Amino acid sequence: MSLHRQGIISGVGETAYSKHSGKSVLALHLEASLAAIADAGLTPKDIDGVIPYTGMGVVAEDFITNFGLRDLRFSATTPLGGASPVAAVQCALMAVASGVCRHVLIPIARNGASGGRVSARLREMPQFRGIAEFELPVGAFAPAQIYAPMARRHMALYGTTSQQLAAVAVSTREHAILNGKGMMTTPLMLADHQVSRLIADPFRLFDCSLESDGGAAVIVSQAQCARDLRAPPIEILGIAEGHPDSPSALTQRPDLIEIGLDKAAPHAFAMAGVSRDEIDVAEIYDCFTYVVIRQLEALGFCGLGEGGPYVESGALRLNGQLPTNTHGGLLSQAHMVGMNHIVELVRQLRGTAGRAQVANARIGLVTGYGDMGDGSVAILARA
Amino acid sequence: MNDSILPARPLPESTVDSLPYWNGLREHRLRLQQCAACGKVRHYPRPLCAECYASEITWIEALGEGVVHSWTVAHHAFHPAFKADLPYVLVTVDLPQGVRMLAPLRGPASALRIGLAVRLIFEDVSPELTLPAFVIA
Repeated sequence: MSLHRQGIISGVGETAYSKHSGKSVLALHLEASLAAIADAGLTPKDIDGVIPYTGMGVVAEDFITNFGLRDLRFSATTPLGGASPVAAVQCALMAVASGVCRHVLIPIARNGASGGRVSARLREMPQFRGIAEFELPVGAFAPAQIYAPMARRHMALYGTTSQQLAAVAVSTREHAILNGKGMMTTPLMLADHQVSRLIADPFRLFDCSLESDGGAAVIVSQAQCARDLRAPPIEILGIAEGHPDSPSALTQRPDLIEIGLDKAAPHAFAMAGVSRDEIDVAEIYDCFTYVVIRQLEALGFCGLGEGGPYVESGALRLNGQLPTNTHGGLLSQAHMVGMNHIVELVRQLRGTAGRAQVANARIGLVTGYGDMGDGSVAILARA
Repeated sequence: MNDSILPARPLPESTVDSLPYWNGLREHRLRLQQCAACGKVRHYPRPLCAECYASEITWIEALGEGVVHSWTVAHHAFHPAFKADLPYVLVTVDLPQGVRMLAPLRGPASALRIGLAVRLIFEDVSPELTLPAFVIA
């Protein structure tokens, strides 16, 4: 069987995004989850599956306890770093398509700005064992430092420029301002990007995503539940995850710029049965500007090495060829590990994306990227 | 993380698989794992050959001469121990054995390009620990 149209996204929710939530990570999880549950027209007791994000210190048991769930039938985790939320949608889809669950909650929350930094936990994460032992001692361990050589090689091989990286940051900021929920509220010009301080060459400050407090959640439900729900159902047409070769040691990857999405994208498009031209809006995981460019290539919106000119042409702007990161992404809205990308795509397809609404958006695409290049992608459509 | 005046460098925690590599560096030798069954060289050290699934290995000694595959220049210290080194160059180097190493380049960033020939040097951090670095060949 295929997972094509075997489930829907029935609800989405977010908390406010800030630098200091003043709330516990658990409280943020529950707040975002309640928002998504209400959006779907459900009550917490309707939830019979939960897929929490690994590494935030919150587990399925917390939802049983706090929501008084009497019959949770499924819990899992999808540990792919920033690719986890979209991979969790695939996992939830399998649970609802098989009849194990009716409504699966996928929550995330963090005090990423006011709390601990991700890099501090590197040693405790088994997927980074190689980096912790062999690269951390010589001074390479932060995601910016690990991904920068991918970007540098792309630039050396294909002529990608810092100005092209900036184009991603600039259009994403425009969208964050229109969206209105973003942490970044002032326009960003190309020149601002070019004078921002270097973090890990070629990445400047504005090539890097935010550190944020907040939470976001989505609910995946059985397709036949659609008529009972409050919000217009959003169908899942195609979905896949992909893992690059040498996933834990990027250094040893046969092709340094290969990512998991190179493998996942053809599967998702084949399952969806849609062409690239039919994608009205895209939410592309944007931990760094370069990562957006490389994913656009992997998705087939442009050829390998053509991502720089593609974004420089204005393609990602609201009136461009492929309006992208219409909420402001991780770069300018908030770093919710890409759950906010799924939330935004659902809103776009419902037609409730506010001032950043893409006119007549019917089919859209969302990606996740993380843990040194794991990838995930979902193609969604208004039912 | 404590607030001592000189922040401690994060030290490698070797495993049963990697100990000969670290011991080699301390003796100023670069040792790489080679599959005893099929001859495939692998790095970082690990228990199984992904080509033939044999676990027997031979440790071979490499000269550490290679070419730059890619690079970055760190301008921000994500760990306080590296603040004094900023900016520092990190190179990913293709070794002729078919594996790569990531280490600092003790040389000017202006020289960086794909294919730049570099040579491994050994930097003694303490009597117990030697770390790899590269210089332009």
